[in-house]
Amino acid sequence: MAEKRYVKIFAGFERFWHWSQAALVLTLLVTGARLHGLFEGPAWATAFRVHLIAAGLIVVLWIFAIFWHFTTGEWRHYIPTVRNLVGVARYYAYGIFLGEAHPAKPTLKRKHNPLQRLSYLFLKLVINPAIWATGTLYLTVNLTGMDLELVAWTHVLAAYAMAIFVVVHVYMATTGDTVFAYLKAMITGYEWVLVDEPEDPDAKR
Amino acid sequence: MAIEKRSLLRLLLSAALLSVLASGSLLAADPDSPTTADHSKFEALKGPFASGPEVTRACLTCHTEAAKQVMGSIHWTWDYEHPETGQRLGKRRVINAFCGNVASNEKRCTSCHAGYGWEDTETFDFTAETNVDCLVCHDRTGEYVKWEDRAGHPIYEPKVFGKRHAPYSPALISETPDGKFLHQPPNLAQAAMSVGDPGRENCGACHFYGGGGDNVKHGDLSTALINPTPHVDVHMSPDGANMVCTDCHTAHGHKWPGSRYLGTVKDERERIPGFRRADTASCDSCHGREPHDAMTLKGFKLNDHTDRVACQTCHIPEFAKGGKGTKTWWDWSTAGKLRDGKPFAEHDDQHRHTYLSTKGDFRWGDDVVPDYAFWNGVIEYTLLGEKIDPSEVVGINKIYGDAGDPASVIYPFKRMQGRQAYDTVHNHLLLNNVYGPDGDTALWTNFNWDKSLAAGMAETDVPYSGEYAFAETQMWWPTTHMVAPADEALACDDCHAKEGRLAALGGFYLPGRDRFGQTDQMGLALLALSLAGVFGHGAIRAVAGWRRNRKG
Repeated sequence: MAEKRYVKIFAGFERFWHWSQAALVLTLLVTGARLHGLFEGPAWATAFRVHLIAAGLIVVLWIFAIFWHFTTGEWRHYIPTVRNLVGVARYYAYGIFLGEAHPAKPTLKRKHNPLQRLSYLFLKLVINPAIWATGTLYLTVNLTGMDLELVAWTHVLAAYAMAIFVVVHVYMATTGDTVFAYLKAMITGYEWVLVDEPEDPDAKR
Repeated sequence: MAIEKRSLLRLLLSAALLSVLASGSLLAADPDSPTTADHSKFEALKGPFASGPEVTRACLTCHTEAAKQVMGSIHWTWDYEHPETGQRLGKRRVINAFCGNVASNEKRCTSCHAGYGWEDTETFDFTAETNVDCLVCHDRTGEYVKWEDRAGHPIYEPKVFGKRHAPYSPALISETPDGKFLHQPPNLAQAAMSVGDPGRENCGACHFYGGGGDNVKHGDLSTALINPTPHVDVHMSPDGANMVCTDCHTAHGHKWPGSRYLGTVKDERERIPGFRRADTASCDSCHGREPHDAMTLKGFKLNDHTDRVACQTCHIPEFAKGGKGTKTWWDWSTAGKLRDGKPFAEHDDQHRHTYLSTKGDFRWGDDVVPDYAFWNGVIEYTLLGEKIDPSEVVGINKIYGDAGDPASVIYPFKRMQGRQAYDTVHNHLLLNNVYGPDGDTALWTNFNWDKSLAAGMAETDVPYSGEYAFAETQMWWPTTHMVAPADEALACDDCHAKEGRLAALGGFYLPGRDRFGQTDQMGLALLALSLAGVFGHGAIRAVAGWRRNRKG
């Protein structure tokens, strides 16, 4: 059995990025739902202002995050893999109820399990860009002359995808060794990881 | 130090900006440039004058072209050929949803003609320059008022009248012992010597009283505009820009821009910076097409609206403000009822008529929220002789415009409703003869619809079967006056809401009002499924863990 050590796997920026993104996404979902009329109450103008400010901030944040991923090489954590994917899926569908051990414990070079890799990659390559692009088109619809209804529809579609991601993501965060274990790791940055694992063939530098 | 420099710069910039803004508003608030001609010093104007045309003759001795100019204007001709629809319109032709028609009622209606003596359209001399009324627009004594049934003349002798004549100066009215009112004629020489540019009350003497009383017709034009608060009209208020009608309706050779038959809903033509366009009376003429501060998020987004939303829509949240209500319903079908053989009147708690034997039933509105519709500026009328469908609400006029037409904007309207007479055999609207104290056909004298309609239709070539009924009608009146201060403008959620002001306006997507039926249902369903899924998963986890622990 490989040695486990309590080490920092989430860098300071990474945690800042994660939590500010979480706050902004929630803000955007709530104000967006208000703007779309899913609920009425607080002034539309205020919701609009907050929505746009949050959107501006999250775009800046994403630009910094993209830069950080590439300069630190952290983007490698999101390379998709099928290795152990079935095992992890089986674990969440079944094994977790039996108290089995998680089939993919995090390591320094592979801090996300295969299912995480796939879902985060989908978030970063599909949902985020879709939100970003359709939001920009929405804001500038008068300049481009695009069809308002079509642009609004695509933006709403992307927003539902984001909302569903958030629900599942938040729940999955409770599936660690204890309910708050992952949450704690994401706050402190420290996690018990395997440190002397054999070289991962997928992570050649 | 650096901070101080910056704030100094900011201070200077804002001071410069403020002075620019201030000079802009001063332009409007500035008193008129002093005149180079003191009309009280002209011998020709010292009178005495026996009649209005005599005054006009005196005016024309210097202003040789003035009458010719007036004669080319709609104020004189009451005749208009619509360049888009080709319809011949103008007051002398159209049917409206108020008193109805000019034909056969000239002597009463032409009390608001910019001339003297139009008693009969066939015989009136439209080419006689002395028939032009200069004083109605240019009198500055406030005492020159055209009498209500003298075909445009004021009274020349004292006259006892059962009520106070509406725009009359109180100084010229005294009560008689029997409860009537003695009206003194205006002093024509004083009026002639007082002349100047028209004030709000000059234009208002006719335009505020359209439909037979204060604010009856337009809804956004009433005596509340003579001395309005900024809330009532931010442009005309002495505490606002203190503007007069002709500051926007800029005269050019006695012709004025600003037509209801062909409105300018947006003016996208070139504009010389610093100068206003004088050939249109639109908000854009002064404020431009991007009037909101584009450097702020709100201003930037508000400017995005101006291509499809008229300024008036947000900036005139209500009309008929300032305590002067407007008629919103006029049911002619009930006119003619008598009590003990006599005509009678009923009032509401504000002393406004709700029934008159002469006119039928009325409803009034104060601070009215407009109706909204897409409009491209063109209005078509249902002209005399045009077929109507009396089973539906008959449009006395029709506004052109559509959500799909980029030239149309969402515009506020007063929608006048009521019931009007039509020919049940030929299915067209009918003209009435309401005025005529001496004849026996006029409705207001004899309360007999048969005679009234027959006499009205006798003025035309359009056939009348003699069979009539009353159809429900509506008429659209664009709302453009009574602009509120900016902080009273509509907020986003006045329209971006399910039950907002534009709830009934179809044909386009409005964020906040419209959902995406299936997409939203599917999205919300998937979201609910995800929630149910994670709660279910969590519950199984909890139960399984608890059982393991118990065994363990």
